[in-house]
Amino acid sequence: MEDKSGDNGPAVRFDGVTMAYGSQPPILNDVSFRLERGSFHFLTGASGSGKTTILKLIYMAEQPISGRVELFGHDLTTLPRRERPALRRRIGVIFQDFRLLDHLSAFDNTALAPRIAGRKAAAYRNDVAELLAWVGLGSRMDALPATLADGEKQRLAIARAVVNQPELLIADEPTGNVDDAIAQRILRLLSELNRVGTTVLVASHDEDLVARSGIPVLHLSDGGLTRFDRGRRGV
Amino acid sequence: MSFEPARWWPGSLLPKEDGTQGALLFVIAVLAFLACLSAIGAIASERAAEGWKDQLIGSATVLVRASGLESADAAAARAAETLAGVKGVAEARALDKAKGDALVARFIGPDPLPADLPIPRLVAVEFNSKHPATTADLRRALEADGLDATVEDHSLWTAQIMRTGALARWAAIGLFFLISGAAGALVAFATRQGLDARRDLVEILHYSGASDDFVAQMFQARFARMAAIAGTAGGVGAALAGAGLHLFGRGQSVAAILPVAWTDLVVALPCPFVAALIAAVTARLTARAVLKNSP
Repeated sequence: MEDKSGDNGPAVRFDGVTMAYGSQPPILNDVSFRLERGSFHFLTGASGSGKTTILKLIYMAEQPISGRVELFGHDLTTLPRRERPALRRRIGVIFQDFRLLDHLSAFDNTALAPRIAGRKAAAYRNDVAELLAWVGLGSRMDALPATLADGEKQRLAIARAVVNQPELLIADEPTGNVDDAIAQRILRLLSELNRVGTTVLVASHDEDLVARSGIPVLHLSDGGLTRFDRGRRGV
Repeated sequence: MSFEPARWWPGSLLPKEDGTQGALLFVIAVLAFLACLSAIGAIASERAAEGWKDQLIGSATVLVRASGLESADAAAARAAETLAGVKGVAEARALDKAKGDALVARFIGPDPLPADLPIPRLVAVEFNSKHPATTADLRRALEADGLDATVEDHSLWTAQIMRTGALARWAAIGLFFLISGAAGALVAFATRQGLDARRDLVEILHYSGASDDFVAQMFQARFARMAAIAGTAGGVGAALAGAGLHLFGRGQSVAAILPVAWTDLVVALPCPFVAALIAAVTARLTARAVLKNSP
């Protein structure tokens, strides 16, 4: 079981966050928002507006130059490095370029998070198989990522991100490389996860898809948040 | 054959070894071979030194000079008789003039010495191995019989042999640590290279909640297994070389310097474990040091 002591805040909270890469001008400038637990949001904005940076700050790949980023009530800017793994196990990340491990089968890729969490193989292999069937890869469990189509890779990336039933799922352009039918299917998968209580944040530049979904939006422009829908499950 | 999830078992998260690791395995096998060989050599040379020391300690040489009207040959014969009666002496015998001359000839050449040159005669004394006499006992007996003699107990040579034996032992220990250090440095280099080459994998593992220890353990297991294989190959190679020295070195000068016994080959047994331990510790420490700077 993860240590959830100190968990008393929203799923994600940004408070006056400014972020810049090297000596570049800030990509995020004094950004503040909070995502309540169980909410579903799209993070939109033009290319280079800082969508991926916000996700990276959440999964602790980057640190802001000022401001405060909180995850489940934990201040990530002061969190000791040794405590990051436990917090990361509560997040599922779907990367824009999938970042599947090419030398591992679809099954092994999906089983990554339970293995890292130290679960016994017998306790999760059926879950992994069921999950792969749920995302439509039941017949491709032993396939290497290189042999999968883009849509299959995307669904495999989703399976890998959600296998440990994360409390927060963040996805970077999960519909960016697939056709509209698959994009709709992926969105349905994410909505189903949200319905069982997972907080979902999806970065997307697909304005049509976002508009049609009716899901609340955080819109980034010129380094700041210019639109912030509160959504049906409270922000 | 279709995939059966119920039969799935987690394998290594690291990709299979590439050619670089084959080369690393070969180099570590060579280092393990040299380390084992140096250990076998140290044990054998120590045994040789002990053997020489035992031979020297078990005997003494007495130089007997002519005195008064008594010739050197007569004095040597009397000294041998006196010494043979000392408690703790197994045998004392005067070397004839020819033997004495042969010994001196090594230093002054083969030409015969002038007959009137007062060359001392030698008496070889063998001590009783259980209760040997001391050089003081010999001196006292010779003095009591009025013989002009000097007792040489080989202590100078014994000390030199012991120093040489100790030097061989310390050289082997030094060589072992040097080789271990070289193997460790190789593994550290390979671990850094492996982490760099697998940066993407390491990042995904970290973002999926893996601790530095989890990642370091993967590299530790990989290099420990590889070093165990290399250590086995090196140890077997060194044992075969030692066996060759034992079987084919007999009657050769090499057998006198390195009298390898079958039991000496036992030192090759822990080689795979020692190699694996060095590789595991080095890989873990290196990986942890590198990962400390990752997000």
